[in-house]
Amino acid sequence: MGEKIIELQGLCKTFGTGDGAVEALKDIHIDIEKGDIFGIIGLSGAGKSTLVRCINLLERPSSGRVIVNGLDMTALSERELRKARQSISMIFQGFNLLMQRTSLENICFPMELAGVKKEEARKKARELLEIVDLPDKADAYPVQLSGGQKQRIAIARALASDPQVLLCDEATSALDPKTTQSILELLKRLNRALGVTVVVITHEMRVVEQICNRVAILDGGVVQETGFVADVFSNPKTEAGRRLVLPEGEKIHVLPQNRLVRLVFNGMAADEPIISTLAIEQGIRLNIMSADTRSIGEKTFGNMVLGLPEDETEAARALIYLREIPGVTAEEVTDYVQ
Amino acid sequence: MFSEANVALLQNIVREDLLHAIWETLYMTFVPTVIAFVIGLPLGILLVTGEEGGIRPLPKALMKALNVVINLLRSVPFLILLVVVLPVSKFIMGTTVGSPAMLVPLSIAAFPFVARIVETSIREVDKGVIEAAQAMGASPFQIVWKVLIPEAKPALISNFMVALITIFGYGAMAGIVGGGGLGAIAVNYGYYRRRQLVLFFAVILMIIIVQALQSAGNTVTRKSDKRIR
Repeated sequence: MGEKIIELQGLCKTFGTGDGAVEALKDIHIDIEKGDIFGIIGLSGAGKSTLVRCINLLERPSSGRVIVNGLDMTALSERELRKARQSISMIFQGFNLLMQRTSLENICFPMELAGVKKEEARKKARELLEIVDLPDKADAYPVQLSGGQKQRIAIARALASDPQVLLCDEATSALDPKTTQSILELLKRLNRALGVTVVVITHEMRVVEQICNRVAILDGGVVQETGFVADVFSNPKTEAGRRLVLPEGEKIHVLPQNRLVRLVFNGMAADEPIISTLAIEQGIRLNIMSADTRSIGEKTFGNMVLGLPEDETEAARALIYLREIPGVTAEEVTDYVQ
Repeated sequence: MFSEANVALLQNIVREDLLHAIWETLYMTFVPTVIAFVIGLPLGILLVTGEEGGIRPLPKALMKALNVVINLLRSVPFLILLVVVLPVSKFIMGTTVGSPAMLVPLSIAAFPFVARIVETSIREVDKGVIEAAQAMGASPFQIVWKVLIPEAKPALISNFMVALITIFGYGAMAGIVGGGGLGAIAVNYGYYRRRQLVLFFAVILMIIIVQALQSAGNTVTRKSDKRIR
């Protein structure tokens, strides 16, 4: 176990009062360690944004404690809170740059707030522009930049206060896939180079898959599952987890008499031809009902639903074979809804 | 209209009074506008930052009172206000006639109007940017000074021009109750003495001044707005 940097203890947030009250967050417990890239994933309305805003107290929790870097954020005075916020940076889906300032002036902004000397701030801002690969955009106004460039400037601005934590609220949701990719790579690089802990709020599986080491699945204001990404995504244990990880699962039209098996690939060698091996070596033919797999590096991730043969002994043999493949979990599917 | 007497009168006015009248008109426009902004700008900002959920909420009763005062002053017709506040002018400026006396009613009429248009400009500032500043640990004062005012600057400049031209129009009305300027020339010669030539001349001059102010304002607004490529 590494050192904890963010601890959410019994966090609750209720909006409104009386009959109109909405419980956005219910008894959230999450620990985030130093150096983590922690994903919080959920569908819209799950409470992700509220949750991340509770970390820097842009939203004040109704109850529970938020401890960042050993400081109980909920117990701080206004002045202390402002000071604490300087080590917790945030980037947003809408970038939120100051439109009337150049890139360089935007990056200087948090340093201005902290009272850093102007010359020093400008020098550091130029270094940060180098880090985010936009050294020639110092004098450009936000309107002259593309979405990806704006987010890079926002990241540079977020780094200007040497934060311990970087909160990313749907930071790539407004970007195209290619730009998303480059922003995620940048975040990963910064996490490694600067040791900044990154908290990523997203509704996209692939964002979490690509950069996070740990993840919490949020649904209906409750943390449904939490753990290492590989564990949670390869074998989601809750309904909410399955909905996110296996989004196509429920949509297949299935003949009722068929028994089904779900294979979850968790790093099986990508060149292993399991279906054809089963057919050629064992003479067992399986139906592929659905498949959602991808190769990352040399390995396969994702899931596949197979229809087992009607013959009971053949089905049993197939299951035994599938369960023996390393990097694959095979589970008979009983939760299908047509 | 173009009788010899009329033309002679106009020539006389142009020679004797015109420069002074233009000066007085501009004086009665700019000075109250600046005073109105000095009072109205903080009030307008307060109307946004002080409301519930604003960056520095103030007591509800205070906000309510502020709104009532502004609405009250805005609903009094200017000519009525002009007459009602004459004693105040007497007290502050020591006189009830001439352009200096008009500065008081003009400023009183203008500042609630300015407060409202400043409020609108400040409200237009992207909530996300304010949130970002809060997340960086900005104090309410820093948000006003470094985010709200600079981000709303183009709108504020444009609104300054709206206020300037509105007050220009009020200033012309002040001619009726003893104020000076082009308005007084139009009223005294053109209206009371039925010298239409003088009336038209004064009105055309006023139109030219308004046009000049507006296009200067547009240029400054455009130049200051970095959202335009």
